[in-house]
Amino acid sequence: MATVMETQNGIKQTLAYPQKKPAPRVWRLLKAYPLVFLGGILVLGLIFVAVFAPQLQHFNPNQQFQNGLSAMGGPLPPNSTFVFGTDDLGRDIFSRVLFGARVSLEVGVFSSIISLFIGTSLGIISGYFGKFVDTVIMRLTDIMLAFPLILFVVALVASLGQSITNLFIAIGVLGWAVTARVVRAQVLSVKEYEYVQAAKALGASNWRILTKIIFPNIIPPVIVLTTLSIGNNMLLESTLSYLGIGVAPPNASWGNMLAEGQQVFQYAPWLLYYPGLALLLAVLGFNLLGDGLREAFNPRRVR
Amino acid sequence: MADVQTVEQGKIAADKEKMPLLVVRDLKKHFPIKRGLIQRTVGHVRAVDGVSLSVDTGETFGLVGESGCGKSTTGRSILRLIEPTAGEILFEGRDIRKMGSAEMRRMRRKMQIVFQDPYASLNPRYTVRQVLEEPMLIHNLFSTAAERKKRASQLMEIVGLSPSRLDRYPHEFSGGQRQRIGIARALAVDPKLIIADEPVSALDVSVQSQVLNLLDDLQKELGLAYVFIAHDLSVVKHISDRIGVMYLGRMVELSPADALYSEPLHPYSQALLSAVPVPDPEAKRDRIILQGDLPSPSKPPTGCPFHPRCKDAKDICKTVVPTWEEIRPDHFVACHLYS
Repeated sequence: MATVMETQNGIKQTLAYPQKKPAPRVWRLLKAYPLVFLGGILVLGLIFVAVFAPQLQHFNPNQQFQNGLSAMGGPLPPNSTFVFGTDDLGRDIFSRVLFGARVSLEVGVFSSIISLFIGTSLGIISGYFGKFVDTVIMRLTDIMLAFPLILFVVALVASLGQSITNLFIAIGVLGWAVTARVVRAQVLSVKEYEYVQAAKALGASNWRILTKIIFPNIIPPVIVLTTLSIGNNMLLESTLSYLGIGVAPPNASWGNMLAEGQQVFQYAPWLLYYPGLALLLAVLGFNLLGDGLREAFNPRRVR
Repeated sequence: MADVQTVEQGKIAADKEKMPLLVVRDLKKHFPIKRGLIQRTVGHVRAVDGVSLSVDTGETFGLVGESGCGKSTTGRSILRLIEPTAGEILFEGRDIRKMGSAEMRRMRRKMQIVFQDPYASLNPRYTVRQVLEEPMLIHNLFSTAAERKKRASQLMEIVGLSPSRLDRYPHEFSGGQRQRIGIARALAVDPKLIIADEPVSALDVSVQSQVLNLLDDLQKELGLAYVFIAHDLSVVKHISDRIGVMYLGRMVELSPADALYSEPLHPYSQALLSAVPVPDPEAKRDRIILQGDLPSPSKPPTGCPFHPRCKDAKDICKTVVPTWEEIRPDHFVACHLYS
């Protein structure tokens, strides 16, 4: 297919490559990384469940059913009425898991958006302007990272009052440190690329360099990080609910379901299985999706 | 060439024709060394320490020296990609160091750079078309997309690549082809001066000559001036009209290319030239092997910076910095052996 052509400079150059229309990018990506597909399905499933929880439920998740307890007053294993069984108060675990998805997703997404906003802004300021500003922001980041996040969140939720809104605000406001670090590092490395120097040499303004070159380079790692952090923050929400400072009973969260379940798990393990499995799948979904997106954003990987 | 007198006069518009395109005088770039918690400045790396040169329209000025001697820093300081510490950079008679950022950005149309590493100098997220159209967008060179596309295709042809590959990404090209794209990008704004920062040292030898020939052809066609930075004298020889030899941030010799090759004056130039490989295995050669390493530019030796490694060093070399003198017409050297 290749032909040799003489150009006006007399330099021989191989020309004319076979032109084949490449397959759509999304399709090539899925073929190369099938696990992304799994991640996407899990995440979409979670979103679907969270949005349509009221339509999907069999029963009111907070209602204690007379027929939900055994003759001894213990929880019922999965059966035709209560597909995931009941807990020790006679509530339907299936409905509670559905509503737990709402809480998890809400806290995970909103807290991550808040961290994303704070972290990206601080990271860009720190990396692009450098010097004193950089030192201050990075020492602050060090402080945030040096203390266990969970202690901070516990303290903040305790002072704000216990509610789902305060929970994601607390996680979001305190969880930006990693994002700031990653964004700063990315800005610093992109700033030194020769093609940024080339743009500068061509006369591009700072604004153009920031928006057209640096920002597009920040978006992929930030999206990956945010996707992964949604998973992490869902886990954190469960941890806090498990500890009793997240979602207040009787409202359902996978965390407080686990906390309640652990008291009876020796003879009623299904109290742990279902919320645990839901949490596992949700976090796994976000992690797989995050990893897949990282590959998708790498222009060199998928051809 | 441009001595101080003509430069002074060159500021007057009437004498502008005699004025070299680019005059650099006593350019310095000192990087501060910072230590400790409060980032105190404890010293300076004198990467470029008083370099002067001039380049005429259509001329190629070769800048050679070993790694770390400050050639790249000199090149980038001339374009103010690195802000120089001191010195004058007169382009068409005007000091670009005194320009504001808006004026400087307009000025950048006239002076461009080609980088060493063709893998790092092209944005991997841009197609070749975007790479080539970016300079046009920055300077509002064309009003319609069709005109920009036409110009981009034209640029591809000028550097010997097929316009049909405009919509491909840089990673789909070979090193030599990428370097051509880098050259095309520099040409997109019709510059008068191109600083070529080791443009072929990352390429295979066979490809090197192609790119050098391309640069040569472009110079003839477009009347470009080059500052050609390299560490390889055999590469510089073919393309340069005049050559400056740098050592440890300073210019040690500057002469027409032929004179430098036939009769290098500075002992460092002699050592560099003796290291150029000769394609004849039978040839007898007296190679001058330099002893020791390049001293740290943060603590340059006293006197002549080259004296610890110089085979002809005298006592005076250890204490007195040699002056920059024109030993023969157009042949400058900074060495005590000739004063």
